[in-house]
Amino acid sequence: MSNRRDFLRRSATAASVLAAGRLLRPADALAHALPPLAEPETVPIERLLADAIGGAKAGGASFADARIGRYRRQFLSTREQQIVNVVDTDTMGIGVRVLVRGTWGFAATRELTTDGVARAVREALAIARANRLPGAEPVVLAPGERHPRATWRSAYVTDPWDVPIEAKAELLLRANAEAGKVPNVRFVTSGMSFVKEEKHYANTDGSLITQTIVRSNVSFVPTAVASDSSDFQARDAVIQPAGRGYEYVLAQDVVGNARKWAEEAAEKLKAKTVEPGRYDLVLHPSHLFLTIHESLAHPTELDRAMGHEANYAGTSFLAPPREKLGTTKLGPEFMNILGDRSQEGGCATIGYDDDGVRPEDFLIVKNGIFNDYQTTREQAPWLDWWYKRQNKPTRSHGCAHADSWSSVQFQRMPNVSLLPGERDIGWDDLIGATDRGIAIVGRGSYSIDQQRYNAQFGGQVFYEIRGGKIVGMLKDVAYQMRTPDFWNAMDMIGGKSSYEPGATFSDGKGEPGQANAVSHWCVPSRFRGQTVINTGRSR
Amino acid sequence: MSAEPVMTREQARALVERVVKMSTADEIQVNVSGGHQTNVRFADNRISTSGGVNDLSISVYSGFGPKHAVSSTNDVSDAGLERAVRRSEALARLAPADPEALPLLGAQTYRETRSYFESTAALTPQARAEPARVAIAAAKADGTLKAAGFVATGAGIEAIGNNRGLFAYQPSTSVNYTLTVRTTDGTGSGWAGADHPDWSRIDFKAVGETAVRKARLSRNPQPIAPGRYTVILEPQAVGDLVQRMTNALNARTADEGRSAFAKRGGGTRIGERIVDERVTLFSDPSDPQLLGAPFDDQGLPLTRQTWIEQGVLKTLAYSRFWAGKQGREPTGSAGALKLTGGNASLDEMIRSTPRGVLVTRFWYIRPVDPRTLLLTGLTRDGTFLIEDGKISRSVQNLRFNESPLFMLNNVEMIGRPERIAGTEGGGNVVLPALKVREFNFTSVSEAV
Repeated sequence: MSNRRDFLRRSATAASVLAAGRLLRPADALAHALPPLAEPETVPIERLLADAIGGAKAGGASFADARIGRYRRQFLSTREQQIVNVVDTDTMGIGVRVLVRGTWGFAATRELTTDGVARAVREALAIARANRLPGAEPVVLAPGERHPRATWRSAYVTDPWDVPIEAKAELLLRANAEAGKVPNVRFVTSGMSFVKEEKHYANTDGSLITQTIVRSNVSFVPTAVASDSSDFQARDAVIQPAGRGYEYVLAQDVVGNARKWAEEAAEKLKAKTVEPGRYDLVLHPSHLFLTIHESLAHPTELDRAMGHEANYAGTSFLAPPREKLGTTKLGPEFMNILGDRSQEGGCATIGYDDDGVRPEDFLIVKNGIFNDYQTTREQAPWLDWWYKRQNKPTRSHGCAHADSWSSVQFQRMPNVSLLPGERDIGWDDLIGATDRGIAIVGRGSYSIDQQRYNAQFGGQVFYEIRGGKIVGMLKDVAYQMRTPDFWNAMDMIGGKSSYEPGATFSDGKGEPGQANAVSHWCVPSRFRGQTVINTGRSR
Repeated sequence: MSAEPVMTREQARALVERVVKMSTADEIQVNVSGGHQTNVRFADNRISTSGGVNDLSISVYSGFGPKHAVSSTNDVSDAGLERAVRRSEALARLAPADPEALPLLGAQTYRETRSYFESTAALTPQARAEPARVAIAAAKADGTLKAAGFVATGAGIEAIGNNRGLFAYQPSTSVNYTLTVRTTDGTGSGWAGADHPDWSRIDFKAVGETAVRKARLSRNPQPIAPGRYTVILEPQAVGDLVQRMTNALNARTADEGRSAFAKRGGGTRIGERIVDERVTLFSDPSDPQLLGAPFDDQGLPLTRQTWIEQGVLKTLAYSRFWAGKQGREPTGSAGALKLTGGNASLDEMIRSTPRGVLVTRFWYIRPVDPRTLLLTGLTRDGTFLIEDGKISRSVQNLRFNESPLFMLNNVEMIGRPERIAGTEGGGNVVLPALKVREFNFTSVSEAV
C-alpha cells in the first residue's frame, strides 16, 4: 500500500499523464510542464482505511468497511470525418459503511485526509443511528472471510490509457470512412469508452484487498437514409463491451467490418416489413444475452425477490423464495444458467466483491429448475433454510458491488450465462432445422415489467427463415413474451463452439441509481411459436 | 449533523480563476459542480441503505484552435487541478481538429432564478429519515401494507468560467420523494411522488395517503383485453412519455432527415401543426414551477423556448454550431419541460368517461421506432378500469406501443400542469393529466 501520491503515480499518472507525455512530440514537452505530484499533507491509503475502520468501531459499529477508489473514464466520440468529443474523467475518494445495532449507515467524501475521513465516519454513524427503527429486524451478515493482503487484476493486456488519443481517433475515423462508402449511408457515429477502477478495500474482519479493473466498449452506428427521406435505418450494437483492455478493441477489426455493418443498415431500407403472427425464433448470442439479462438475471436478484427494490427496479415473479426455489420449472431440462464472476473478460468478473468476499460460481437454474438467487453477505442468511437442506454452507455468492467510492454497495448482477448444450451444433444448424421462423441478431429495443413477466424485445437485423434457409431481411420486428412460457418454449440450443459473450456496459438498479457492467455468455437458441408484432407505424 | 455550506459565488469564482491561470491553451473553460447529496432508502417496512456524499467535480475544457478535450477531477489541491489542466491540454493537442469547434462564449447576462432553499440545505439525518418513519408507521398500523420509498436531497452549486470573461454561478437544492406501498398479499401496489427544491413544499403526508389509497384500490386486478382504449393519464404518466420527446426535439437530426421532425423531401417540420391545437410545450428556467438553472453547460443563457405553441412546432433545439449554419439563434436543449393547455380536474376526466383506463404511471419505457417516436413500456402501481364515469375495478398492467406524438394528437381533455417526481426521466418537469383516445395497449402483464 502506498500514500495518495504514490497511488496516483503508480496507477494513473503512469497511465495517462506520463504515457501521454511519452507519446507527445518533444516540442510539446508535456513532461517538463508537470508540477510535482507531492502533496504535503498526503496520508497513506492504508492508514486512512485503518482510521476509518478504527473510528467506526470506536463509534459503536459491529461491522464496518471502507473503500478508497480511483475511478477513471475516457470517452471519445466521432461522427463522419470529425471528432465530436474527447473526455477524460477522474474521481477519487472514500466510502465508509457502518453497521450499528443492526442498521446500516454510509457516508462518502472526496477529502482523503485524516479530518475528511473522520467526518465521513461520524456522518455514517449518525445516519445509522438516525435510521434505526424500533422493532426493525436487525441486519445479520453471513460469516466473513479474512483476506489480509489480497490483490487482483482483470484480464487486460493493454491499458487503454497507454494508447494515445490520436490512435483511437484515427481508428474510428477510418472505420467511419469505410462505412460512408456504402450507398445511402449518410451518417456514422462511433466512439470508444474505457473504465479503469483501482479499489482498496478494508473491513473489520481484517481484509485488505487491492484490485485493478479495466473495461472497454466500442460503439459504431451507421445510419442509412432513403433518397426521398421516407425512411432511415441504423445498425447499432455491433461490438460487445468486455472486461478487457485496448487489445480487445483492436481484435474487433472495426475498420475491416465497417462496410459490412453499413451494408446491413442500407439493406434495412429495402427489407420487407414483418407480417405479425407466431414464429419460431432463432436468437443469436448477440441478441439473446439481453433477453437472459432482463428475464432471468434480474428476477433472480434476492433483494428484488424480498421487496427491497419495490420502489424502483421492482420485485420478482420468482418470489417468495420458499415457494419458488427447487420447484419452479423455468425451462427444459437442458437449460442451465450459471452465475459467476470468474469467466475471463467478463464485465462483472472480479477477484473480490465489495463485501470482501471471494465469489464462487453457482447454478441459478439447474436442469431447467430454479436453483439459487444472487446474494451478498447480508442476503445469504435469508436463504439459510435452502442451503441447510442441501448441506451447503450459508455463504454469499459475492454479488456486492458499488459503482463508485461514493456509492453504497448492494446486490448487483454477476455474469449470468446460458451454458452450452451437449451436441456441438451452432447458428447454421438451428436455422437449417427451422421451417418458418425469424432469426434475430443484435440487441435492440427492450422493455420488461417490474416483476419480469412481460417483455418486448426488438433487435438489430432480422432474417426470414423458410424451409431451413434465410430468404431475406425483415424490419419492424419485435417479439412479446411471458418469461416462463418463453424459456419453456426453448427446444434447441447450440454447443460449446457457439458459446460467446454479450454484455451491457451500463445496467441500472438502486436508488440513487447505480450502473454496473455485466456479461452474459450464451449459445444460439430456438424458441417455438413466439408472438411477433409489427412496430412500424405511418407517420 | 447538518451539511457543510455550499460553495459561495466568490469561492467558485476563485476556484475557476485558479484553474484558468494554470492554462497554457488558447481557450480554457472550467465547469464546477457538486456539493452534498443525501438519501434515505426504505423497503419491507424498514430503512435499508442510506447515505451522504460530499463531492465536487471540476471539469476542464482546453482548446488549441479547433482541437479540444475535456478532463475532469474531484481533487481540488493545486497539484490535482494542475494535473487535470495538463491532461486536458495533452488530450486536446493530440485530438484531431474539430471542424465544428466554436470559440467559447464571452461574458453573458443571466436571469436570476431561485432554486436554493435553506430548508433543504440545513436538514439533519434525523429530519431526512422522518418521512420514512411516517410511511413505515402508517403501513405497519394498517397491518396489510408494506412501504418502500426513497428520499433524496441535495445542496450544491454549478459554476462555469473561462478565459473569455464568462462566469456563471447557480446554487440549488433538490428534494425528490417517491413511495411505493404494496399489499402483503402481493396483489396490490400504489405509487406516489413529489419533487421540489424546497423541503417545506413537499407534502409528505399527501404522498403517503395517495400511495396507500392506490395500493388498497389496486388489489386483485383482473385482466382486460389489449386494444385501443380511452385513457386518463395522471401527470406522472404524461411526463413519462412526453419527456421522451426531448432528444428528438433536435434541429440537426431533423435537417439530416433522421428524426420524427424531418420533413419528407428535406428540412424540418417547423411551422407544421403536429399535435392537438390546445397543446403548448415550452422550457423556461424562470417559470416558478420549473426553477431550473438559467444557463447550460457551455454557459449559454437559457430563456423561454416554446417548442410547440397551440399545436404548431415552433422551433427545435439548435446548438450554437447548427444555429450558425442555419442562420438561427441557439436555443439550448429541451431540458426542463412544461406542457399547458387546459385546467380540467382528474375527477372531471373520469366523470366524462363511459369506458377507459386510468394510469398512475408508466415503467421501462424504451424507444421502438425513431421515425414515429414510437415507445413501448408498461403501466405500473395503480391501473384502473373506468366504467360509466367511475373507477370500477383494478386491472392488470398493460404494455403499450404508442408515440407521444400520436398521443398528443388524440387529446380529449387537458388538466392543470403539476410538478412531477420524474421516475423515468427526472429533472424539472411540469405536466398536466391528459384524457386521450385510442391509446394502443398491445399485451397484458400479470406483474404487480
